[in-house]
Amino acid sequence: MKNTWKEKAVKLMLLSAASTSILIVIGIFVFLGKEGGTFVIKPGLKELLGSRWMPVSFQKESFGILPLVTGSVLVTVLATLLTIPFGISASVYISELARPTEREILKPFIEILAGIPSVVIGFLGLILLVPLIKAGFRLSTGLTALAGAILLALMAIPTVISISEDAIRSVPVSYKQASLALGASKMQTVWKVTVPAALPGIIAAIMLGMGRVIGETMAVMMVTGNAAILTASPFESVRTMTATIAAEMGEVAFGSNHYRALFCVGIVLLLATFGINIVAQKVLQKHRVR
Amino acid sequence: MKSKISKYFKRLFIFGIVTTMALVLVPGCSRPDDHAGTEENYITVKGSDTMVHLVSSWAEDFMKRDPNIEVSVTGGGSGTGIAALINLTTDICAASRKIKNDEEMLAVQKDIHPKEIIVASDGIAVVVNPENPISELTIEQLGKIFTGEYTRWSEMGGSDKQIVVLSRESSSGTYSFFQEMVLKKQDYTTKAKLLPATSAIIQSASSDKLAIGYVGLGYALAAKDKVKIISVKIDDKSSSVMPSGQTVKSGQYPISRPLYLYLNSEKEEKVKKFIDFCLSDEGQLIVTETGYVAIK
Repeated sequence: MKNTWKEKAVKLMLLSAASTSILIVIGIFVFLGKEGGTFVIKPGLKELLGSRWMPVSFQKESFGILPLVTGSVLVTVLATLLTIPFGISASVYISELARPTEREILKPFIEILAGIPSVVIGFLGLILLVPLIKAGFRLSTGLTALAGAILLALMAIPTVISISEDAIRSVPVSYKQASLALGASKMQTVWKVTVPAALPGIIAAIMLGMGRVIGETMAVMMVTGNAAILTASPFESVRTMTATIAAEMGEVAFGSNHYRALFCVGIVLLLATFGINIVAQKVLQKHRVR
Repeated sequence: MKSKISKYFKRLFIFGIVTTMALVLVPGCSRPDDHAGTEENYITVKGSDTMVHLVSSWAEDFMKRDPNIEVSVTGGGSGTGIAALINLTTDICAASRKIKNDEEMLAVQKDIHPKEIIVASDGIAVVVNPENPISELTIEQLGKIFTGEYTRWSEMGGSDKQIVVLSRESSSGTYSFFQEMVLKKQDYTTKAKLLPATSAIIQSASSDKLAIGYVGLGYALAAKDKVKIISVKIDDKSSSVMPSGQTVKSGQYPISRPLYLYLNSEKEEKVKKFIDFCLSDEGQLIVTETGYVAIK
């Protein structure tokens, strides 16, 4: 009797510890909704869907988040395009071709790259990369979406490498053996058998990398120029959602329209990362079932 | 034997969980709201990031002279500081801009009457790349550059290249001040690049031949060999003025602004000593030393 009571108590404690994260996620949603939601009623949703973000103005304040959303999307897409070839070839090399000693050397360095604080990466970007882009593409300034995307790719690559390496390794040996037995070369086996078999895992890795990219703040804020322009050119300045929140929250008057608009930006951002994560999880699940 | 050990571990485990929870929860429950503003000898100053350096220099010297009083200084922005003053979580708010009407109304609603004291002033210098041939501009020309009416340097007699406009973030007190004073309350061009810090503007202006930006005078003078400071003319007829401590103080240099401390007028007694120190000759000497302009 006594024992079952104790066991139940322990179980309850463990359950509450495990469900804390659910509570926190719900709490965040509720909080964001509470602070930002009223914006939809008063200045209205139409204001939010405008294409002009000019929150501090003596004329008329505008809170159109469209340029911010396109800014985030542009930087994220560019960063992902840069990450994919690099991440996949590196993970293929490490998991399939590298000798054990090479792997011993490569892996810690990739982990170190993952651990570099984003401010440091942003600072290096501002000093080294921005002038380089300016000179390389003959632009009037190097503070562009491209600069942000390159830095973000740098930060996403370690995540993508380690997760897709995992996926490639978990491809059954029998697949490779069968391919080799049929007379395929090692390279043919890698690209035609192993990588396709691990594809769902690799896609999930890329999605998780994207999640990291879209939420990243400091490095982008330092090198993208932060001009809220509606553009699809990598050689223009962009202002991302994260940079907007980080830059403006500090001085905003509490409870003002601007304050609530920033919370709305936060909601959009949260929904985006949430969506990406869910898709990534779904893809990973599919992979595991097979 | 084995079951005894596992039982022991189980107990230990439960004990561990309970203690952890207690440790996490108890301080959270027992702590009263916020100490700031209650203790007699502990003054908190919160607000403008522009002023943190200045206020903490004041605090350091003040505490040396009067070791009984502790002054703690934090940044976070003028808006944050004013909000803290209204919520009674700080004694003094440092602000690089005047309190807004909304904020004042909010304060009055809570029966708080902020008192404004001007403690220093700050010139805003316009900087360009050292290789830029232009060395003086009128306020009107500056306004047209920053609102986007002028897009090429040739419109002011420079080379036929695009102007790269650099600005601080819209949260910055400097941003609003420059907008009011130079842009005559018009909006900045959306092409303007908003950089998160003064150092980023200096860095970009020093490496970018086509850039123009604005920074606090102290920062501009410190980076004199990396960027060129523009002399400003009030209009076509007047002569151009270089920003310096003297020209800001005398009012000859047109782009300058006051820096404020706000305090809760009900609790003035407590912070009076510190404010008096800031306004004293010694305090004003610190203003000059930290790159701002003394008001006396």
